[in-house]
Amino acid sequence: MDFTFDAQQNQFRDAVRSFLVVEAAPERLREYWETPTGRSAEMRKKITDQGITSLSVPEAYGGLGMGDVDWVQILEQVGYHGIPDSLAEAAYLGVAILNALPDEHEAIKKKWLERMVAGQARLAIGHPINPLVHDAEIADLILLWHNDELHATTPDKVKTTQRDSIDASRRLYEVEWTPSDETRVLTADQAAPIWAEAVDRAALAAAAQLVGLAQCMLDLSIDYAAQRKQFGKPVGSFQAIKHHLANVAVQIEFAAPVVYRAADAVANNHPRRAALVSHAKLATGRAARLSARNGIQSHGAMGYTWEADLQMYMKRAWALDAYWGDSVFHKARVAEFIFADDAPLGPGETFTA
Amino acid sequence: MKLEYTDKQNAFRAEIRGWLDANVPKEPLKSFDTEEGFEQHRQWEKTLFEGRWSAVTWPQALGGRGADLIEWLIFEEEYWRAGAPLRVNQNGVFLLAPTLMEYGTEEQKKKFLPRMASGEDIWAQGWSEPGAGSDMAAIRSTAKVDGDEYVINGQKTWSTRAVYADWLFGLFRCEAGSQRHKGLCFILLPLDTPGITIRPIQQLNGLPGFAEIFFDDVRVPIANRIGGDGDGWSIAMATAGFERGLMLRSPGRFQRTAADLVKLYKKHEDRVAADPAIRDAVMRSWMDAEAYTLATYKTASSLMKGGKIGAEASTNKIFWSELDLLMHETAMSILGARAELLPHVPATSPLDQDLDQWLDAFLFAQAGPIYAGTNEIQRNIIAERMLGLPRA
Ligand SMILES: Cc1cc2nc3c(=O)[nH]c(=O)nc-3n(C[C@H](O)[C@H](O)[C@H](O)COP(=O)(O)OP(=O)(O)OC[C@H]3O[C@@H](n4cnc5c(N)ncnc54)[C@H](O)[C@@H]3O)c2cc1C
Repeated sequence: MDFTFDAQQNQFRDAVRSFLVVEAAPERLREYWETPTGRSAEMRKKITDQGITSLSVPEAYGGLGMGDVDWVQILEQVGYHGIPDSLAEAAYLGVAILNALPDEHEAIKKKWLERMVAGQARLAIGHPINPLVHDAEIADLILLWHNDELHATTPDKVKTTQRDSIDASRRLYEVEWTPSDETRVLTADQAAPIWAEAVDRAALAAAAQLVGLAQCMLDLSIDYAAQRKQFGKPVGSFQAIKHHLANVAVQIEFAAPVVYRAADAVANNHPRRAALVSHAKLATGRAARLSARNGIQSHGAMGYTWEADLQMYMKRAWALDAYWGDSVFHKARVAEFIFADDAPLGPGETFTA
Repeated sequence: MKLEYTDKQNAFRAEIRGWLDANVPKEPLKSFDTEEGFEQHRQWEKTLFEGRWSAVTWPQALGGRGADLIEWLIFEEEYWRAGAPLRVNQNGVFLLAPTLMEYGTEEQKKKFLPRMASGEDIWAQGWSEPGAGSDMAAIRSTAKVDGDEYVINGQKTWSTRAVYADWLFGLFRCEAGSQRHKGLCFILLPLDTPGITIRPIQQLNGLPGFAEIFFDDVRVPIANRIGGDGDGWSIAMATAGFERGLMLRSPGRFQRTAADLVKLYKKHEDRVAADPAIRDAVMRSWMDAEAYTLATYKTASSLMKGGKIGAEASTNKIFWSELDLLMHETAMSILGARAELLPHVPATSPLDQDLDQWLDAFLFAQAGPIYAGTNEIQRNIIAERMLGLPRA
C-alpha cells in the first residue's frame, strides 16, 4: 500500500504549474475571454510543447502513454489556473475515447491521436448528461452520443447556437444534428461501456479541477486578508476571517485524497468506480463552493467586483460543480452503492473490490 | 396578542392590491444598473408617486399615506406578491427619508422629500471609502468650511447606483484633525456638482451597479448638512439601523422567493428527488421566510407601542442574508447543469425553462452578507452588545 505520487508524477505536476503560473496569469485569461472563440492558438501551442496534449496518447502514436493517475495532479493545476481551454475534454477525455476505439477504426484513431500530439486537434464531446456541448463550434472533431452509440462529426455538418454562461470563459453550444450511418462510429453495444467510462472520467476531471479551484480561491483570499487592513490590522488577523479560511482548508484536505482514489479506480476500471468518482465530485464541489463563499466574504465588497480575480474562479467553480453530473446525479450513485443490500462497507473495505 | 388584521387593514390591502393589478408593468423592466433600465425604474417611481404609493409611511402632506408599520408591511407584502419592479430609490425613501424626518430642518424636508417621493431625485449613499469599509470611522474625505459653503475633497467607493443617481448623502470629516467618530458631518450633495468624478465599478454580473466617487474641491452649501456640526456619526448610525433592520429588507421579498422556490422544486421534483438535501433546503427556506416575517411583525408591533430597535437589528441582517443565500443556492441545485446559463428572454429553447432571474439573484445574494455591515461585524455586535460577551 502506497498512497503517494511518484517523483516523476510530481515533477510533471511542478513543470505544469510553473508553466501555467506564467502562461495562465489572470490578466491573460481576461484577454482570452474577450475573444470570440475564447481560446488562444498560441496558448494551445505552448500547452502542446509542454507535452500535455500527448500525455495519454499511446507511445505508438508519438505520445507519452500515461494514465489517469498521472493526469490527476495535472488536472488540479488546470483547475487552479482556470485556463480557458477545453484541455480536459480534448486531451484527457477525448484521447481516452479514441484510445478505446476497436481496431477496425485504426484509421480514425491514428489520424486524431497523431494530430493531438501535434497540437492540431480540438475535440468536443456531447453527452446528454450536459445540456450543451463545450467548444462545439471551434472543434476539429465532435464526438456525440446518440442512444449509446458513438458518432463523430465536424462543426460544418451540425447547427450550433452559442449560449452564454456566467463563466465568460466557457464556450457552450446547443448542437442540432442528424445521426446517420455516415456519422456512426460505434454501435450502442460497442459504445455503451465507453460512454460509461467517459462520464466517470469526465466527472473525475471536473473533480480534480474543483480541488485546484478551491485551493486557488483560498490562496487569493489568504493573500487579500493578509494585506487588507481595517481597524489598523490585517483583516486576516480577525478570528472570523481565520475561521472562514481554515474551514476551507479542512474541506480541501478531505476532498483531494478522494479524487486521487477515484483516479486510481478509473485507471483500473474498479467495480466501484461510479460511486468513487461520484464521491470525489461531491466532495470537491462542496470544497469549491465553500471556498467561493468564504473567499468572497473575506474579500468584502472587493470580492463582488469584476475587477477582482476571485470572480473568474468562483464562476468556473459554480459551473464545474454541475458539469458532468450535478449533485442529484452523483448523490444517486453514492446512494445506490451504500444502500445496496450487500454493500461492502466498514473497516477494511476501503480498497476491496 | 390578536393575530388578525382589522377591517381598515384589510381595506388597505385590497386597495393596494387593486392598484398594483392595474399598474404593475406586464413586461419586466431592464436592470436599473443600465442607463435605460434606470430611467424605466425612475418612471415607475413616478407612477407609484402619482398613486400615492411611493412612500406610504410618510405623512399625507408629503405625498404619503401616513401608514403605520403594520400597514407598511401589508403594502410590502402586496408589492412583492405582485412582482412589482425593484425600488431604484430605496436609498432615498427607506434610508435617507427616515433620517431627514428625524434630524432634518423643515426647510430641508420641504426641499428634498417631495422630489424624492416622485423619483425626480434618486439618491446614492456615500459612506465607504477605500480605507473605511467595516471600519467606517476611518473616513478621511474632508469637508472644509469656506464662507457658507463646504469644500469637499477625498474619495468614496462602492456607492450603489451612483453611476446614474442624482444626489448623494454621505459622511465627511468636517473638523480638521478629528479622529474616528468625532468631527464627522452628514452632508447632501448633487452628483453633478463640478469637481465630482464618478468611476463606475462593474459587479459580478458585469454591470456597473456601484461606483467610486472622487471629490476635488467640490462646493456645497452648509445648509445641505443634516443635523449638527460634528453629529454625522450618530445620525449615520440611525440610518444604518434602518438599513439593517426593518425598512429595507421587508419580509415580502423573502416570502416571495421562498414561494417561487417551492414552485420550482415541485416542477422538478421527479428529477431532484435523489438529492434529499434539496428538499430539506426548500422546506427550510419556507420556514425561515415565515420566521423572518413573524419576527418582523413582532418588532413592528412593539415599535408601535413605543419600543426601540437595538442590537437585535443585527440578528435581522444575518438571518435574511443567509436565508437569501440558501434559497438561491438551492435554486441553482435544482436547475443543475442549466444553472450557469444566462437566460434568453423570451426563451429560445427548452433550456431556458424556469431559469428566470435565479442566476442573477444568486450572484446578488453573494453580496447580502457583505453590504450594510458585514455579517462578521454583525456577529461581533450581537456577541458584545446583545449578549454582553467580553470584547476581544
Ligand atoms: C453590493 C454592495 C453594495 C454596497 N453599497 C454601498 C453603498 O451604497 N454605499 C456605501 O457607502 N457602501 C456600500 N457598500 C460597501 C459596504 O458597506 C462594505 O462593503 C462593507 O462595509 C464592508 O467593507 P469592505 O468591503 O471594505 O470589507 P472589509 O472591511 O475590508 O472586510 C473584509 C472582511 O474582513 C472582515 N472584517 C473586517 N473587520 C472585522 C472585524 N473587526 N472582525 C471580524 N471580521 C472583520 C469583514 O467582515 C469581511 O469579511 C456596498 C457593498 C456591496 C457589496
